[in-house]
Amino acid sequence: MRTLIFLLKKEFRQIFRNKALLPVIFVMPIIQLLILPLAADYEIKNISIGIVDHDRSTVSRDLINRIVGSGYFRLVDYNASFDQAFKKIESDKADLILEIPTRFSASIGAGDPQKLFLAVNAINGTKANLGAAYLSSIIQQLGSDLILEKQLSSGSAFSSINVVSSNWFNPTMNYAFFMVPGILALLVTMVGAYLCALNIVKEKEIGTIEQINVTPIRKHHFILGKLLPFWIIGIVVFTIGLFVVGYGVYGIVPQGNILVLYACVALYLIALLGLGLLISTYSETQQQAMSVTFFFMMIFLLMSGLFTPIESMPEWSQWIAKSNPVTYFIEVIRMNVLKGSGFSDIKLHVGVMVFFAIFFNSWAILNYRKTS
Amino acid sequence: MMSSSIWPEEQKEAITEMTQFFSFIRKEFYHVFRDSKTLLMLFGLPIAQILLFGFALSNEIKDSRIVISDLSRDEGSRKVIEKLSASEHFIVTRSDLSPREIEAAFKKGDIKLAVLFPARFGEDLQHLGSASIQVIGDASDPNTSNTLITYLTGIVQDFQSQNRRSPGSAPLINVETRMLYNPELKGSTNYVPGVLALVLMLVCVLMTSVSIVREKEMGTMEVLLVSPLNPVLLVISKAVPYFALSLVNLAVILILSSTLLDMPLHGSLVLLVALSSLFILTCLAVGLLISNSTGSQQMAMLISLMGMLIPTMLFTGFMFPLENMPWALRAISNIIPSKWYYIIVKSIMIKGLGFSAIWKESLILFIMMLALMAISFKRFKVRLT
Repeated sequence: MRTLIFLLKKEFRQIFRNKALLPVIFVMPIIQLLILPLAADYEIKNISIGIVDHDRSTVSRDLINRIVGSGYFRLVDYNASFDQAFKKIESDKADLILEIPTRFSASIGAGDPQKLFLAVNAINGTKANLGAAYLSSIIQQLGSDLILEKQLSSGSAFSSINVVSSNWFNPTMNYAFFMVPGILALLVTMVGAYLCALNIVKEKEIGTIEQINVTPIRKHHFILGKLLPFWIIGIVVFTIGLFVVGYGVYGIVPQGNILVLYACVALYLIALLGLGLLISTYSETQQQAMSVTFFFMMIFLLMSGLFTPIESMPEWSQWIAKSNPVTYFIEVIRMNVLKGSGFSDIKLHVGVMVFFAIFFNSWAILNYRKTS
Repeated sequence: MMSSSIWPEEQKEAITEMTQFFSFIRKEFYHVFRDSKTLLMLFGLPIAQILLFGFALSNEIKDSRIVISDLSRDEGSRKVIEKLSASEHFIVTRSDLSPREIEAAFKKGDIKLAVLFPARFGEDLQHLGSASIQVIGDASDPNTSNTLITYLTGIVQDFQSQNRRSPGSAPLINVETRMLYNPELKGSTNYVPGVLALVLMLVCVLMTSVSIVREKEMGTMEVLLVSPLNPVLLVISKAVPYFALSLVNLAVILILSSTLLDMPLHGSLVLLVALSSLFILTCLAVGLLISNSTGSQQMAMLISLMGMLIPTMLFTGFMFPLENMPWALRAISNIIPSKWYYIIVKSIMIKGLGFSAIWKESLILFIMMLALMAISFKRFKVRLT
């Protein structure tokens, strides 16, 4: 126990003496939490549209008003020729072009079906798809309104279905509520795995690990002495992120039991620190440790459902996502903070995290040698 | 003189300088190739990224699990439910949950959407002329919830207009949509140019800065600096292997994306390689600058990761739409080199445009490169302390 306390003192001194690293550990996460949720906004809005109106009638103007009024589109170009509008697509100024043919309103008035032409810059497939869908539904609405007008004047009535929607857990549809907990998870992950792996390898690379190896310090003392500081730092970073930024800046109040949340963070950090330790036992230099950690972190984070939904992945990659500790932690933190899910809802997640904590740590300890 | 050299003295010096320079480059290559774990990062990462972005990741929302609670159980609701079940967006999991059970299912994360048909739905529709469906979305993920409700409303609208129309009549307005550049709406078309920027950035900035700082940290920089080689050439010799490896990575990514992902290369390959080299040089300059400003590998890594990689992912525009960002962030995105490179790659590979369309972006990159090189060479110190 005394040995451990001395080791912890040494580690904390090293960390706090490093005037360059300290702000990186504490300030960078805050900056990230402030910027990422603002930037990581997937909502498809502000679609730039160019309209080539050969008709210039009340109907075409009505259509344009509806498009601009929908809130999804920004009119960037009007009434140029199609070739000119196409230039806007090439230079990325416009995402789609709607071409309204001459005699559009005249033939509609006569009851002839009419065609509108829509050209979409589909490099970003999702945006193209949703943009075209929004636009089509506006156009269909115009069409059915026109039909309705006619039928009303002819006196026949029709039944209609209303869809009444309500949004639970986030009624204001604030995207930051979704992103902030996810990014907190990302920060805890980075702090845990990276700093831990690098710290141990640094002792190897500089050679100071030899000095520790020749002392009577036991294997588990050394490992605990290395893991505990980063475990504490991880929890502190999480707390700052959750209360100072999450609550202070974004007004996010965790809905669930805060003790359950902290228990999960503590558990997850043990798993992650185990991974960092494992990587450090296999690496000789910091560059190696960084490369390997980065390789796995990149895959873990991309496959965790942080930025893109897991359900939309093909089956084989859903399996990767399901064998990825980060996935479970991100789900837990989002469920707890936003929906107030209790322990019984996240039993499976906790079980998986316990498994990973034991798995990584025992592998790392088995692989760690005091002698080289 | 013992040596009856055929070379004049000055030229001989230049030649020895060149051989020294090349042996330094060779030393750097040895460093890189001896370290198999770093090689994993250098070549494994691009391949893994292309595969993940090409096949695994997509923003599309499909196969979402929903529950339907039908209190009316009549002809009207049955027809709407049939329509919903047929959609590829939804998987109807369980039906007829009580409100309490619905809340529990949301909390467990089992479902994304709950659809409730009130009692007498069909009767109301027939006799009163209107009826409501209540939809509850899990807005803890607002985007998914919003999209799913949009899809559902669209399906219901479709269903209605089909009923309304007298059979056989066509809808009044047809929309003919042409999806330009990417008719199959594949995600990879958007991602590959971004991955290219990301990987080149990673290799150049991170690897270069770390490998230089490493020599400082280990103390071997002292040894290198007292060698007869010009210190500027010394630093350049550090960067050359990463320049070469970046070109190899460029080739690997282009080959993978055209064979595995069927990515087109509509424009000129020469132009693409030339401008990629420009981008690589810019990234190397960033790497040199970072290595000149810090003394420890950990710092170099953290600065590269936080200061360059995360901004690259955020502000390039391939993962997150730039137009949704507040103006301050959009302004910041302009100083990120990869943003301009991303536009260049998209224009050449996918749109097939020539240099005249992207000279502005190229010029910006070129100026950035010159400025960064100038600053980092100016800051380069021959003495360590």
